[in-house]
Amino acid sequence: MLGKLSWSSLPLDQPIPLVAGSSILLLGLALVVWVVVKGYVPYLWREWITSVDHKRIGVMYCVLALLMLLRGFVDAIMMRSQQAIAYQSPGYLPPEHFNQIFSAHGTIMIFFGAMPFMIGLMNFVVPLQLGVRDIAFPRLNSIGFWLTASGALLVNASLLIGEFARTGWLPYPPLSELQYSPDVGVDYYLWAIQISGLGTLMTGVNLVTTILKTRAPGMSYLRMPMFCWTALATNLLIVAAFPILTATLAMLTLDRYLGFHFFTNSGGGNMMMFINLIWAWGHPEVYVLVLPAFGVFSEIISTFSSKPLFGYRSMVIATMFICIVSFTVWLHHFFTMGAGADVNGAFGIATSIIAVGTGVKIYNWMFTMYGGRIRYETPMLWSVGFLVTFTIGGMSGVLLAVPPADFALHNSLFLVAHFHNVIIGGVLFGAFAAMTFWFPKAFGFRLDERWGKWAFWLAFIGFYVTFVPLYITGLEGMTRRLQHIEVAAWYPWLLVSAAGIVIMMAGAAAQLIQLIVSIRNREALRDETGDPWNGRSLEWATPSPPPAFNFAVLPDVREQEPYWAIKQRAIEQQDLGPAPTYQPIGMPENSSVGFVTAAFTTVLGFALIWQIWWLVIVGLVAGFVLFVIFTWMDPQEREISAEDVAVADRRRRSAREAWLAQQGEAS
Amino acid sequence: MSEADLFAGREDPYRVGRGGGNAKGATGHGEGGPSPKKTVASYGFWIFLLSDIIMFSAFFATYAVLVIRTAGGPTGAELFEQPRTAAETACLLFSSFTAGMAAVAAKREQVAASEIWLLATGVLGVGFLFLELGEFASLIAQGAGPQRSAFLSAFFALVGCHGLHVFGGLLWLGTMMAQILVKGFRPQIQRRLACFNLFWHALDIVWIAIFTLVYLMGIKH
Amino acid sequence: MTDSRDASTQGAKEKAPGEKAQGNDGDITKGATSYVIGLVLAMLMTAASFAVANGWAFVWQPGIGAALIALAVGQIGVHLVFFLHLTTGSDNTNNALALAFGTLVVILIVGGSLWIMHNLDQKMMPTMPTMP
Repeated sequence: MLGKLSWSSLPLDQPIPLVAGSSILLLGLALVVWVVVKGYVPYLWREWITSVDHKRIGVMYCVLALLMLLRGFVDAIMMRSQQAIAYQSPGYLPPEHFNQIFSAHGTIMIFFGAMPFMIGLMNFVVPLQLGVRDIAFPRLNSIGFWLTASGALLVNASLLIGEFARTGWLPYPPLSELQYSPDVGVDYYLWAIQISGLGTLMTGVNLVTTILKTRAPGMSYLRMPMFCWTALATNLLIVAAFPILTATLAMLTLDRYLGFHFFTNSGGGNMMMFINLIWAWGHPEVYVLVLPAFGVFSEIISTFSSKPLFGYRSMVIATMFICIVSFTVWLHHFFTMGAGADVNGAFGIATSIIAVGTGVKIYNWMFTMYGGRIRYETPMLWSVGFLVTFTIGGMSGVLLAVPPADFALHNSLFLVAHFHNVIIGGVLFGAFAAMTFWFPKAFGFRLDERWGKWAFWLAFIGFYVTFVPLYITGLEGMTRRLQHIEVAAWYPWLLVSAAGIVIMMAGAAAQLIQLIVSIRNREALRDETGDPWNGRSLEWATPSPPPAFNFAVLPDVREQEPYWAIKQRAIEQQDLGPAPTYQPIGMPENSSVGFVTAAFTTVLGFALIWQIWWLVIVGLVAGFVLFVIFTWMDPQEREISAEDVAVADRRRRSAREAWLAQQGEAS
Repeated sequence: MSEADLFAGREDPYRVGRGGGNAKGATGHGEGGPSPKKTVASYGFWIFLLSDIIMFSAFFATYAVLVIRTAGGPTGAELFEQPRTAAETACLLFSSFTAGMAAVAAKREQVAASEIWLLATGVLGVGFLFLELGEFASLIAQGAGPQRSAFLSAFFALVGCHGLHVFGGLLWLGTMMAQILVKGFRPQIQRRLACFNLFWHALDIVWIAIFTLVYLMGIKH
Repeated sequence: MTDSRDASTQGAKEKAPGEKAQGNDGDITKGATSYVIGLVLAMLMTAASFAVANGWAFVWQPGIGAALIALAVGQIGVHLVFFLHLTTGSDNTNNALALAFGTLVVILIVGGSLWIMHNLDQKMMPTMPTMP
């Protein structure tokens, strides 16, 4: 009746997941009750849950990501503390828990932390930078977000009902096959990733179409901001690589559920095919993570150096180069798994070559700073921190790209340190830089500068104190994912690393405090003009936060850095230009299709995991019925009257006129 | 009210609102502003189709690697029946043709003609699935089901994935036929029909790869 | 922010994928023509594929594989041109470029996988004659 579900699926005899899961559940329930009692449900439903506005959806992606980053960080704290304690002692995490924790850590951080944050950023910023009103397919955007949330919910459910995978964040067979992982852990992983992967693919289609087919009049490809170019490359990678993940995980699912022999020990299965395919996805995936961050840094470095980005065209070429070459290097993730010297050599050379693209970018960022009037506000601190940290991480990557070196270092903590170096230095620093940079645009007030600086320095120092010891222990031969330590030489380094994570915890606390303090002081931090940083691209031409329709009239783009040019002309002429004739604007109406779809996929996913077959069939049939219902509905558009558009725009113009008058007095 | 009503008879000199930018030709190089909705919808679906083709290619790659791993069981040469394959190919090819004819009729907003051509497409699709399910049943009955060997797993997954797509397409087709009958040829329905055509032709393209690389290459050994 | 524009038309109007060129489309035979041609060509090439595979066509035995692939590529081309109306004209650039990118990725994945897996297989120890 309930498939494999039973009372023993609850972790009643395991204190840690029981306490953790129950706390999250109770907190969540308390939040829901508070929202209902305070009467916020209609507001939430109307303004957020059923919104198809790219700005709202972008914010929701980022909120989901930050919550999941927190959960992944807790997993990291547990791992570091376990290794700091478990020298000639069992520690406090038995192996079957420890294995779930490192698997959940990687899965959550990558799929539900870093990716949603970057996607949220691109969602929010790209249409504004392109000078258009919304992303290409707003309802699809909503579905994509809610599918990601559905996957996140399933992964978190595994904390309390059943368990999570113990296979690492990529479930290599034969360990992940039914014979060696008979419990539902791997199934939780498979269905959560497939569901959210579908959402990610939708985002990819959406953003590629937006960037290539909907831009403001006059914005040719070479007038697009750099963030949009990296967003294009990222989403091309998503569209091209995620189908491989879908196929490979589907094959593993078929093995587990229907006894197929893709990757099994018997029947002719070939386990290496899983590893081959999963990394054919996995390598483009890391560029999906980091390319948006590169775009963020291009925007921030040029804005805070008061200079146009150096070498725009070479940046474009480098970005598209990275996009294409990222499909030619994937074997470097398994140099040690049996390929010959010729294959290893070819992929090793390709890996070294792809570093050139990033090298070009680093030099361009440095040359952008050179000769500029640099302001070291928080976003710029994160950017300079990135330049240093990512370069070091890249160098350790190039070292690993040499197959003979990799034979000594594969799956050691050196590898772990390398990829955390580039992910934290690149993606995480990029995320926080972007958050600080675009927060005022999204919410209308800036983040507190003092706490922002604390958050940066604590994270920056904390990162090095945590991970440099891991480089060292890796060189000394320590393998990854060890539940307990026997080698005395490694132990002091692990203690240093644990101290580092305490510093990072302080950094995370500083981020939280920054948020709270900024919300408390929001009137003092208010962004009146919509352009708090003296920006150069079109998103700064809108008020903060922008109205639903973004631009009262689509801007006319005549050059690169269009907003900078507009501002300079206005300053020269001491005039904003004539007010346009306002027309009514048609915007898409809200839709519950995303939320409802995700509700279904959550139930369907849960039913598939626990093999509650009647529920699966009901879910599929109901899904089709819903499909017919939703597609039968007429397209919902609402019209914003010309008067409303005019009111919003006049407010923006008067704020700008005040700013212009100030500029006039100053000069 | 529909989108067509929203912009009917109104000049759009500033290209505000959605669906604007068409006035003097949007080249995609940016000069004209956002492209018209039909272009945007079809292009987005085209990108999705490319991602679907890449997913199929992962299944193809797996098949190519596992085709020799028969675990002592039957090979393709022993199992594949050419007449059935030829019939399946004919069904899909002709259904692509009828789908194209339906597109021509839909462009001219002829409800009856479109419905008939779409029905033909659906019937041929059902015929294809019937033949394919028959093949699967026969294989399983012979003890050559997907659990027998890695080769058979890869075969069933690849061909089955294509069949699932055909099935999904038929569900979509049926829904569209109903919508055309009830609502006629509104812009949104025309856009969806264009996407369906892209989908259906792409499925036939995938089938070309399947019958060539799986069946015909299989029998020649 | 000024908004006046002299609308410029650089390049031909772009086409949606699958969209026929904006020619004179009042004549149904014109619209249907490309589908008929495509059907006939595809039927011929399909028949040729079966003939080649069965050894009825006079193709050098080891070349059958290559001939089949060539015919498949031809059939796909027929579908792209006559059913999907995908040409290399300047109004189709985005569509063709997307297809090219997809094709490149397919070649890299399939080719790369085959090369890698074959290499691994060669380096494996010889296995027992019978597999469970």
